[in-house]
Amino acid sequence: MNASRAVTTESGIPVRELYTSNDIPADLDSRLGLPGQPPFTRGPYESMYRERLWTMRQYSGFGSAEDTNRRYRYLLDQGQTALSVAFDLPTQLGLDSTHELAEDEVGRVGVAIDTVQDMCDLFDGLPLDQLSVNFTINATAPIILAFYLVAAERQGVAMSDLAGTLQNDILKEFLARKTFIYPPEPSVRLACDVVEFCSTLLPRFNPISITGYHAREAGCSATQELAFAFADAIAYCDHLVERGIPFDSFAPRLSFHFASQMDFFEEVAKVRAARRMWCELATTRYGASDPNSTRLRFFSGCSGATLTAQQPLNNVVRSTLQCLAAVLGGAQSIHVMGYDEAYEIPSEESVRLALRTQQIIGLESGVTHTVDPLAGSYYVESLTDAIALRATEILDEIAAQGGAVNATTAGLLQRWIAENAYTEAREIADGTRAKVGVNVFVDDEEMQAPGALFIPDATAAARQRDRLQSFLAQRSSVSAAEAVARVGSVAGTTENVMPSILDAARVGATLGEIADALRGQFGEYREPVPW
Amino acid sequence: MPALVEPRIPRVLLAKPGLDGHDRGVKVVGMALRDAGIEVIYLGLRQSVGSILSAAQQEDVDVIGLSVLSGVHLAVTRRLLSERDTLGLADIPVVVGGTIPPADADLLREMGAAAVFPVGIDLQEMVASVKELAAESRGVDR
Repeated sequence: MNASRAVTTESGIPVRELYTSNDIPADLDSRLGLPGQPPFTRGPYESMYRERLWTMRQYSGFGSAEDTNRRYRYLLDQGQTALSVAFDLPTQLGLDSTHELAEDEVGRVGVAIDTVQDMCDLFDGLPLDQLSVNFTINATAPIILAFYLVAAERQGVAMSDLAGTLQNDILKEFLARKTFIYPPEPSVRLACDVVEFCSTLLPRFNPISITGYHAREAGCSATQELAFAFADAIAYCDHLVERGIPFDSFAPRLSFHFASQMDFFEEVAKVRAARRMWCELATTRYGASDPNSTRLRFFSGCSGATLTAQQPLNNVVRSTLQCLAAVLGGAQSIHVMGYDEAYEIPSEESVRLALRTQQIIGLESGVTHTVDPLAGSYYVESLTDAIALRATEILDEIAAQGGAVNATTAGLLQRWIAENAYTEAREIADGTRAKVGVNVFVDDEEMQAPGALFIPDATAAARQRDRLQSFLAQRSSVSAAEAVARVGSVAGTTENVMPSILDAARVGATLGEIADALRGQFGEYREPVPW
Repeated sequence: MPALVEPRIPRVLLAKPGLDGHDRGVKVVGMALRDAGIEVIYLGLRQSVGSILSAAQQEDVDVIGLSVLSGVHLAVTRRLLSERDTLGLADIPVVVGGTIPPADADLLREMGAAAVFPVGIDLQEMVASVKELAAESRGVDR
């Protein structure tokens, strides 16, 4: 290693050769608290994995509802403990499978859901009162939630028995992932309508998962990741509190989503810092009085951006380290990437190996035997403080720009992300950042995909369009049209849109019809050119 | 006698066709091309084949670059190449980047993509290849 080059964490925090007791503050105990006690640095719960391992939640979905239902049954048979639904892009963007823009994309990166019937078939034979289900859905989150509630209703399951998480963090879609439909302001209103609706009727359900993950995967640093997530959290919480909804009535069900990338100790320290920061924010900014409002729970998505197409089996090792960091950071649920994701949707074999990675760490490695085993490490504690400090500075910078909505609308955060991504790409290209198999220890052979890749079903899109047509032939178009019109008119007021969307779902309105009613009120957002 | 003309700065059009929003790669590529002295026109997300081709024509670009990470690269590229030829723009080379399995990269080249840059491609190699294509394309009288 070049001795003249400063050693830093991935986010640029200087790292010294040696840490000693001088590097941890005298008031360390109060900065940590006990596990399950404010400020929750050591974990959200007292006994953590001694009591129950994290939820192993592999993201999956493709083709039609029936295709995905089969994959879910497979994953549950393999010991997965919850489901995580991937939707195709038309579903995420409020387009029915018959829409011309959906032509090539139906069922491609996730399952196609056009109607309540699709949702019922997706969970056919899977008891919704016994499963926790995660939905990666944002712009159309109110509609997907409504379909899910009707599917549960038809299984005879009460809303209050439903557990799971709706991603529903629309602000981060303007930074990364980009499945926005409406402009930022009405988008925040819709997200908050969902949170408000769930806070009274779905006590076991997380109506939003506030995420720094996607901005991170798009290129931002670990400290920016925390700042972006909390800036978004502030935007939603401020909006809800301004509506007159008490913070303590919704805050206990807020959940978070962070990345786990390659700088092992920084990833562990990052989520420990996140819990402390949230506790402080909830207490000082919102005057939280319920301890559950200050307890940050998070889902850790391991990283696709750090995986390589070269020597793809190396990705198994990368994912194992990332998963271990998430566990040592105290995650409530984890997804491990498939090693073949630089090539395709993960194959069944690759998904199983990702799940086995979690199971081996959970059951064989012994790291779950004691809570927060890295606590007191001179380096980890010092890094936890440094990350909290830096992330708070960035959060203040965003606040000075008018908060998440303004900084996002102005494209500031997008610029930071792109600049960071470019720096990283250049460092990999010029070799200053080591990437095994890419710029060091390179094999001569050409890049080759591992094993058998997932083969998308060429007939899935046509089958889905047929399903939609036959559904439409059976419903009452008049009642659907009336219900959809009502969604549009409610959207024009300050009333919560959820009850009207639920009514529309019950009478067979499609996802695209409901999304169009909202488009009619809010318009569509077009992204500004980045340079 | 040939007139002395200032060599024109090469122009590249980048776009994301289809509905995919993963734009980390296309932005990095755009910045790398820009730093290599190329004029980059980025159309952004959710572009139709028609909007890409009409922008290419209007902006008189030397290369069209598509970025697709949602797996629809074959269908979109096939449509774009065929409409490009119909419009008489067959001399504008089209390159495709994204999550592209090796077998699909071969298919893309067979259908007429001038170059394919799957995930993992070396940044400098990609820049050099686009520059070369732009220079060749420049030589064509349009």
